Amino acid sequence: MIPALDRKLLRDLWRVRSMGLAIAVVVASGIALLVASLICFDSLETTRDRYYARNEFGDVFANAKRVPRWVAASLDELPGVVRADTRVVAGVTLDVPGTSEPVNGRLISLPDSGRPVLNGVTLRSGRWPDPGRAEEAIVNERFAQGHGLELGDQVFAVINGRRQRLEIVGTALSPEYVYAIAGGDLLPDPTRFGVFWMARRHLATAFDMEGGFNDISLSLAEGAAPEPAIAELDRLLESYGGLGAIPRAQQISHWYLQNELTGLRGMALLMPMIFLGIAAFLLNVVLRRMVAVQREQIAVLKAIGYSNLRLGLHFTQWAVVVSVLGGVLGIALGALMSAGMLSLYMEYFRFPDLIMRWSWGHILGALLACGAASVLGAAAAVKSVVRLPPAEAMRPAAPDTFRVSLLERLGLKRWLTQPLRMVLRNLARRPARAAMSVIGIAFSASIMVLASAAMDSFEELMQLQFNVVQRQDVTVTFFEPEGRAAYYELASVPGVVEVEPLNGASARLRNGNRNRQVGIQALQPDAKLQRVVGADYQPVRFDRTGLILSRKLADVLGVAPGDTLRVEALQGTRPERDMVVSATVDDLMGVSAYMEPEALRRFLSDSATMSGAALGIDPAARDSVYAALKGMPVVAGVALQHAMLENFETFVAENMNNTMAINLLFAMVIAFGVIYNTARISLSERSRELASMRVMGFTRAEIGVVLFGELAILTAAAIPVGLGLGYSMLAGMLAAYETELFRMPLVTEPATFAWASAAVVGAMGLSAAVVRHKLNRLDLVEVLKTRE
Amino acid sequence: MNGNGSEANGALAVSMRDVTKVYQMGEVEVHALRGVSVDLEVGGFLVLLGPSGSGKSTLLNILGGLDVPTSGQVLYRGQDLTRADEGELTRYRRRRVGFVFQFYNLIPSLTARENVELVTEISEDPLPAQEALDIVGLADRSSHFPSQMSGGEQQRVAIARAIAKRPDILLCDEPTGALDITTGIQVLEALERVNRDYGATTAIITHNAAIATIADRVISLADGRISRQLVNETRAAASTIQW
Repeated sequence: MIPALDRKLLRDLWRVRSMGLAIAVVVASGIALLVASLICFDSLETTRDRYYARNEFGDVFANAKRVPRWVAASLDELPGVVRADTRVVAGVTLDVPGTSEPVNGRLISLPDSGRPVLNGVTLRSGRWPDPGRAEEAIVNERFAQGHGLELGDQVFAVINGRRQRLEIVGTALSPEYVYAIAGGDLLPDPTRFGVFWMARRHLATAFDMEGGFNDISLSLAEGAAPEPAIAELDRLLESYGGLGAIPRAQQISHWYLQNELTGLRGMALLMPMIFLGIAAFLLNVVLRRMVAVQREQIAVLKAIGYSNLRLGLHFTQWAVVVSVLGGVLGIALGALMSAGMLSLYMEYFRFPDLIMRWSWGHILGALLACGAASVLGAAAAVKSVVRLPPAEAMRPAAPDTFRVSLLERLGLKRWLTQPLRMVLRNLARRPARAAMSVIGIAFSASIMVLASAAMDSFEELMQLQFNVVQRQDVTVTFFEPEGRAAYYELASVPGVVEVEPLNGASARLRNGNRNRQVGIQALQPDAKLQRVVGADYQPVRFDRTGLILSRKLADVLGVAPGDTLRVEALQGTRPERDMVVSATVDDLMGVSAYMEPEALRRFLSDSATMSGAALGIDPAARDSVYAALKGMPVVAGVALQHAMLENFETFVAENMNNTMAINLLFAMVIAFGVIYNTARISLSERSRELASMRVMGFTRAEIGVVLFGELAILTAAAIPVGLGLGYSMLAGMLAAYETELFRMPLVTEPATFAWASAAVVGAMGLSAAVVRHKLNRLDLVEVLKTRE
Repeated sequence: MNGNGSEANGALAVSMRDVTKVYQMGEVEVHALRGVSVDLEVGGFLVLLGPSGSGKSTLLNILGGLDVPTSGQVLYRGQDLTRADEGELTRYRRRRVGFVFQFYNLIPSLTARENVELVTEISEDPLPAQEALDIVGLADRSSHFPSQMSGGEQQRVAIARAIAKRPDILLCDEPTGALDITTGIQVLEALERVNRDYGATTAIITHNAAIATIADRVISLADGRISRQLVNETRAAASTIQW
């Protein structure tokens, strides 16, 4: 037997079901985001941790020029080291049949006997290479898929100018290349970067590494800090051309993965809070209205002996039912969404298997969050229930008190018709509620702005990088610094229109105990292709003596223009010198130090002045230029501008449009939830006025002005607030996402604002249409008979 | 029992013939009117008496174009209201009819004067709002909001609002129902004056028989039928009423 009061609850729920449902959908959206983000976070983190543990992903990584094999024994002695593995790793240019463009490849040695222990390779198909056969190799799975390579297919690596045949005998995955991205790229391009594992003996022969190695991975004891090992390792490798060791946190694949996980965690916190906050507000508005309408009922219930506690609980239950319904819906939706999100993640992050993980604690947390939102929303209404004295409630409520609104007092009065005055005074009478409605609607606009402006910023970064900073068609990097001969060799390739020498030296910059290993780039003051461009999009002027730093690098090192840095070159004779920071530049990608070319050459006391080159080429001669580059022994890597742009465009088409659609949907849910409830409450509060006006002969359209004028004003006020809010949220987000790899410029296209505004107006139109239907069914006679 | 041709102003404002109204209330059919014929002479003052449920409110709603009969005919100056669509009924109410309700139904967010202007803004040849308030004796309260006025004052504003459009027909549903005797009399005096000075055909429904003495015709309703009709030879002044 259901107690009578609970039956009333059920009927109340049913009676205002459309408003309850609108709120439940807002809750569901927030919880769906929360649950989906948490499932993705848990699954990715568990998958990663298990994978790392099973395949013994290294804790410290280092490269050197060439280290004799006997040094390997002393690696085990480094502080905290449990195991050290040495390898031969080489960057090469690949010639993939069916692809005219040179492709970047990385060849990694497999131990002569047994399998790699650190950074274990997981075979996905085929078999391990036969140590006796020089040409056999296994390739990373994504590259094979990107090029449609089958077992038995061949690709060619250009080693010292010779085409070395590689036969694919297997495909594999590695914890080092979960996110397989070539240095300098923003997005992984499965067709542009291939990793090959092959027998050490043959790789060592090809690269003069017999009896030596050039790549070190260390695993550390549980809980050991990497810094002591790194310091010792750097000292040990100094005389072998060590390029500076890095901890796992700076390993590029790991860094991207970690960044994504951090982003997911942020999303799991911020977005659901916005949704639940709005739901609490809506619950508050609807419940307060319910209490106002049920004044007399509440008084009767109190008169016959129901306690304040029981009645307060009765109204709280309504809110709890609505939001828990939304919560359950959201959990189911979130579980569905997470599957889609994870499969998208699996496109970019490659693991041997995905461990789906969800924690009941998180689900319980989601439901508790719903409960908290509902209690918060119900609080004010419950307070007014408790405060209502039974006798007072039996009398009709006094007419609401109004005042002439501010706008009218400012002298606009005579321009306003009576219906418009009603609208203004209704708004002015409950400024807090109007403000909350405005904020709610504004949030939906801001989510729209945030979603598409992040895209604008990313596009701006790309356009700036490719059209203003790097205007070359091709960037070539050399194995070793080269002299003028390399310049003339490139310039003499038919189809190469322009050659600009690039010179970069690996160096460690030190300020007290802060230090960073970066490339010092020498850039010609009159560079036309590869330039250094500041926030004003103007090329930076070069000082003859000083060092110019990326602003991000200056922040990391804690220096400002005028300060002095200790600069240690990590190549050649490894000179060290104090240099003055002459300026900082707001560049967007990577962190670098820049010097005038002659100054850099003097510092390195090196005659070789080119570490690579920027090329401008004749589009018609593309294929012959590519063919020539593939055959050049000095070329270690080739980056193609058009390939990066195309990859970027594919990425946008595949991901951003989905993300945009989902964000649009969620923004519309909020906008509709807020506006629809506002409209329904207005209709409920004003049905008597509106019916009176209909009786007096006002048409439906005319009374619509009173109801929808209020919505229009709230929406109109919310749009600029929302656009501003979205812009600040974007600025905050970009600042939070500012990393040493890239910084996104803060830009918003007018179209973004237009879209966001249009979506909110659309949601208003939809709410108005639904409420209009109810308005048209207003029973004039019935409304007038009953006393409010 | 219908229009008395011998009266001074013989022209008819509204003529109802054999009107029935059946409501479907859940599974029960309620016969609110069971064949009623009433004529409203131009400039006449009619009181409809009857207990609750007698059908008087239904009759008033049909007269005012808020409701349409199930059968029978309603003519306003020859125009058939039973065939009118929603838009035509809205125009009829807008141009011809003034309503006064038991619970005033003022717009709380508008002042007295603005409540009147609400109507004058959509009327073709209205009285100035201030004049309408003057007629009901509230010229000095024009900038007060409903929450700042007594019940009697609010009802007089409602009357001012109803007459400001110069209605042909003024329909009042228990206009004194929520008021004490003193303020009730003030309201009736206002209605009397409007009927006399502006010639608006007036119909009042009430269950208070004392009010019947100020009418020139009294119709009593019971169970959806006219039970009694009475013509007052002389109308009493509202100030003399006692209840």
